[in-house]
Amino acid sequence: MMKSNMELISSEGKRLDGRGPHDLRKIKIEAGVLHRADGSCYLEWGGNKVLAAVYGPREAVPRHTQNPLRAIVQARYNMAAFSVEDRKRPGPDRRSVEISKVISEALEKIVLTEQFPRASIDVNIEVLDAEAGTRCAGLTAAGVAMVDAGIPMRDIPVACAAGKIGGQVVLDLGKEEDNFGDADLPIAISPRTGEVLLLQMDGHLTVDEFNRAFDLAVKGCHIVSEFQKKAITHKYQSAAAEVQE
Amino acid sequence: MTIVPIIKRDYITKLGEQGKRIDGRNFNQYRTIEIETNVVNKAEGSARIKIGNTQVLCGIKMDIGEPFPDTPKTGVMSTAAEFVPLASPDFESGPPRENAIELARVVDRGVRESQVIQLEKLCITPGEKVWLVFIDIHILDYDGNLFDAASLAALAALLTTKVPVSRFLKELNEKDRSSWQEQLLDLYAIPGLDEVPFGNDEANKNPTVINDFPLPMIEPPISCTAVKINDFVLFDPCFDEEIIADARLTVATDHKGDIRAMQKGLSGSFTQEEIQKVIKGALDNGQEIRKKLNHSIGK
Repeated sequence: MMKSNMELISSEGKRLDGRGPHDLRKIKIEAGVLHRADGSCYLEWGGNKVLAAVYGPREAVPRHTQNPLRAIVQARYNMAAFSVEDRKRPGPDRRSVEISKVISEALEKIVLTEQFPRASIDVNIEVLDAEAGTRCAGLTAAGVAMVDAGIPMRDIPVACAAGKIGGQVVLDLGKEEDNFGDADLPIAISPRTGEVLLLQMDGHLTVDEFNRAFDLAVKGCHIVSEFQKKAITHKYQSAAAEVQE
Repeated sequence: MTIVPIIKRDYITKLGEQGKRIDGRNFNQYRTIEIETNVVNKAEGSARIKIGNTQVLCGIKMDIGEPFPDTPKTGVMSTAAEFVPLASPDFESGPPRENAIELARVVDRGVRESQVIQLEKLCITPGEKVWLVFIDIHILDYDGNLFDAASLAALAALLTTKVPVSRFLKELNEKDRSSWQEQLLDLYAIPGLDEVPFGNDEANKNPTVINDFPLPMIEPPISCTAVKINDFVLFDPCFDEEIIADARLTVATDHKGDIRAMQKGLSGSFTQEEIQKVIKGALDNGQEIRKKLNHSIGK
């Protein structure tokens, strides 16, 4: 990570965008936004705009990827060419392949894959507008889209990052904080059991700082989890209201 | 073709004989069109279009680069479409397939051939530096008629695009800046061109190019698509209609009511009479869509 003399957090604990150290950016989640997908979710998290769609369970192709005992979860994380400052060439690069892999693995743990041998559950995550923390936003949206698709799961996976800026441990890094901060720790958990599904860290943290950042990120996950549940309930409540009409 | 479309074909043609469509529309009627602009902050311009359940997002990015050797004084535009697997169970990831390339090329032609973007106003230093315009189209939800949705998304996004001068100013040396200033003055002197939308001083004589300014555009043509199933000509086909269609015809018309582009697709044929019908429908629908487009960009 780049070092800089930029003051990311004031002595009173105020961050560049006016947040306190333990505040999340603004989050908006909407479930069931696409017509063709089996399940979908649109999520805004600060300046991030992410769309997730789930297809399946359906036959896994190519066939050599099939597992005779359980389903596989194939997540695909993709950034739109216009989602970043300098146009990104369309198609997968090394970064998005890695993110796709860790998200696939995180989701596979939570799905009752043994119910669908030889099947594939395809999770497509499109980043339409990016501003730090897209993998957390993507995984969180994927969790809601999977519920919307009716995939049997042990829990709704949720992600959130914590990090360190200007020597302080803070929640949910913003753009400058991610670029010029000291450390970034995105995690995904199963909020019911607290199991960790995804964990990455880059930067420099002491063991004590890591523990504090981790606890803070878990706290963030629980807050985001409430937004997820609200989005799902809202979808079914409005569907129920339509039926009653 | 799988069995489902064959069964549906039967249903759709029977309804057609009674003058009806599966979603209750008239033959000439479009689904509800929604245009939302400035939806992506990182893009120079963007728009999300919904035609019924079909959803398309278009983002414009700009950069500075070299012009083509044969057109040293014009900007460069390029169009790409991504059929992301999010949009349909049949779309796969990977490099763009035939259909994505056809769509990108049809949209590109619509913008390029009618000179909607005034590329000649996007030259900085002739032969060295010009503005590049990247049109990237993302299909988000595929329920038919991608041609119209994608072209409309591209137009709405372009019409809201701001040339990011402030971001690139540090890349321009003294020579580039003075050369650009000259180009702008030259263009400004040509009568008939739209007002040059640059940050001017009070006398409007000395364009100072430090502010972002709207992409120079002319009034664009609007394309409308119809398909033929048996003897019926249906405008704005939904997915179920589109996959069983025999032939497809896209007609782009401008604000004067002239035809600016046409493209026929699929293996069926049209009679001359049917083509007249499509042109008439394209003119009527095109006018309505133009109103919506102008409204969405605050005109």
